[in-house]
Amino acid sequence: MTIQFNDETFRDDYSFFNSDRAIKRFPFPFHEDSYMYSVNMEQHRGGPVDSVYEKRFDVDEHYVAEMRDRAMVLADDPLRCQSLPHMTLAGWDLLELIMVSKSEDYPDLFELHRDGNNWRWVNKPLGIDDSFVFLDETTLPYGPMEYITRQAQGDFCVLDQRDDNLWMDAGMVTTQADWSLDFDIGMNFFEWHAPVPLAHEKGIFVRALKFLLNIQQGAPARRLNWTMTVNPLLDTSPENYHKWGIQKTTLTPENIGAKQHLRVELQTFFRLPRSNALVFPIRCYLCSFQDLMTAPKWGRRLHRVIRDLPEELATYKGFIDNRPMMLDYLSKFDDGLPTSDGIWPDLETEPALKT
Amino acid sequence: MSGAEKIAVKVTDIVPLNELVTRFKFARVDGGRLPTFSGGAHTVVEMRDGDITRLNPYSLMSDPMDQSAYTISVRRDDEGRGGSLFMHQRVKVGDEMTISYPVNLFSLDLRAKKHLFLAGGIGITPFLAQIKQLERFNGNWELHYACRTESLGSYVDELTNHHPNETHIYYDDQNDKIDLVNLLDGQPLGTHVYVCGPKGMIEWVRGTATAEGWPREAVHYEEFLAPQPGKPFEVKLAVSNKVIQVGETESLLEAIERAGVDAPYLCRGGACGQCETRVIDYTGNFIHRDHWLDDDEHANGEKIMPCVSRFEGKTLVLDR
Repeated sequence: MTIQFNDETFRDDYSFFNSDRAIKRFPFPFHEDSYMYSVNMEQHRGGPVDSVYEKRFDVDEHYVAEMRDRAMVLADDPLRCQSLPHMTLAGWDLLELIMVSKSEDYPDLFELHRDGNNWRWVNKPLGIDDSFVFLDETTLPYGPMEYITRQAQGDFCVLDQRDDNLWMDAGMVTTQADWSLDFDIGMNFFEWHAPVPLAHEKGIFVRALKFLLNIQQGAPARRLNWTMTVNPLLDTSPENYHKWGIQKTTLTPENIGAKQHLRVELQTFFRLPRSNALVFPIRCYLCSFQDLMTAPKWGRRLHRVIRDLPEELATYKGFIDNRPMMLDYLSKFDDGLPTSDGIWPDLETEPALKT
Repeated sequence: MSGAEKIAVKVTDIVPLNELVTRFKFARVDGGRLPTFSGGAHTVVEMRDGDITRLNPYSLMSDPMDQSAYTISVRRDDEGRGGSLFMHQRVKVGDEMTISYPVNLFSLDLRAKKHLFLAGGIGITPFLAQIKQLERFNGNWELHYACRTESLGSYVDELTNHHPNETHIYYDDQNDKIDLVNLLDGQPLGTHVYVCGPKGMIEWVRGTATAEGWPREAVHYEEFLAPQPGKPFEVKLAVSNKVIQVGETESLLEAIERAGVDAPYLCRGGACGQCETRVIDYTGNFIHRDHWLDDDEHANGEKIMPCVSRFEGKTLVLDR
């Protein structure tokens, strides 16, 4: 399978687009016609062919453009990438995990040659061919975590595990849904989740932490999370809220189909072997409403989910003001027919929209 | 399936160290590389002994970076339920066995400015891997290791030869004793203490450290409990609708598994919390032996850790 990398932007002229293939494999996050928080974890060991679940780290048509966008964010704000001193070993663990996974899963794009601790890494899409000494920071242009996450889509939180808790002690965070690594660095699991409404009362975080603390080597896990973003912006950070927050007011009934994007995070969790830390990659996928509506099942379901979502959640996810306009648009794609279980579009079996 | 991921291995070396302790070396059956791990990790070894399957945790003591083989050291327990005796008497070089992926419940706090290790007897094993890990990164550590006698001092020579400045040995039969209060008092700020050994030693170190004002987060301990034999008892498993008998030398968890009921577990030593099971009804007394539940939970009869705890009485109904 060869990937044609898009020449596109996630800022200014927003030339980002999804090909038909990218739409079909979009990780639609709703497995039923309603949504509430749950500890919706499952094992991360493959999935349907060409789905975003298939590989350990999904590489898609947005790879090159996303890495370009990350470099721009980092040039403006180096604090998007931080690693406390005790997390360097975890950074090497992450570098190894990503290099081994990508070279095995995409041998036509990535190569890893290892001779003891002398490693050579070839990244064809980005034109990188570097030789370095594993565990010797002086042989890389950046620290190990920064080096490899400048070449991997999605944000990466590297969590130290101690005192029966997880600590946000390192990360590369440039494509986030309105949270800040610089603010959260050094916090524990309950501290950085403090702003989330409803979930604490439901005991979600106590159970989620228990699950995460017990993720073991060789048994990664995953879940989906979601929010809404106006314009295909990767960098919706609090640091830049003054730039993107205002864009939420530019929606009109005419442009909402193209401008309003469902933002889905494929969150995975891997135990890192040498450091016993946990890495939490958060991979962001964007899809415009109009592209989503090409799957009749997703059109019906998205309308029902957004319509019935508790007000606290619509507020927390930042689209309470635009919800009426979204519902006006989405209701045209909901004919009231039942939908099949699960997240997949089921294009062959789900009936077309009744008009 | 419960427990950590499994690895098929072959026994490649067996070395008796002294009258009680024997070292075993494992390599992958398929010749591939074993996962690296972090110092302090253990593996669960499956022992198939006729109809009985025992799963015992052992600390990995080899270099965490060495992917060619894992080594463990097993102390023979003549009073135990037979797992260590099986390893000592039945396992031969060339045997194929199943072990779990490494699981670490006793990892180094990498923020520490210095790691102070306190080992008692076979409790030396996790420190051997941690020392190898720290040596690679020029870590600052010091070991105080108490053994019963010189002849039972597993790895004493290796440690004192390679790390003469960091290693301090104490022999019980020579009345050597770790001068713990002074030792703790002399540590630089940012030191973390780790203790692995018999229950009494762990309690002594934790108690002394608390009394000396050490923060709880800077004191780490690991005690794997082997499940102890006890009187047979009967249990009703409500979810699977089965009544099972727990034999004298098997654990409640093993009896549940023998009945074909899949129950979660990881450490099988009362430490990790995975096998926590809700008690629906009981008449009798629990023999709680785990480190997971707190004193209130041990008293209120609502939960049991079936890997190490037992029951004596008329009725026990579990949510499993």
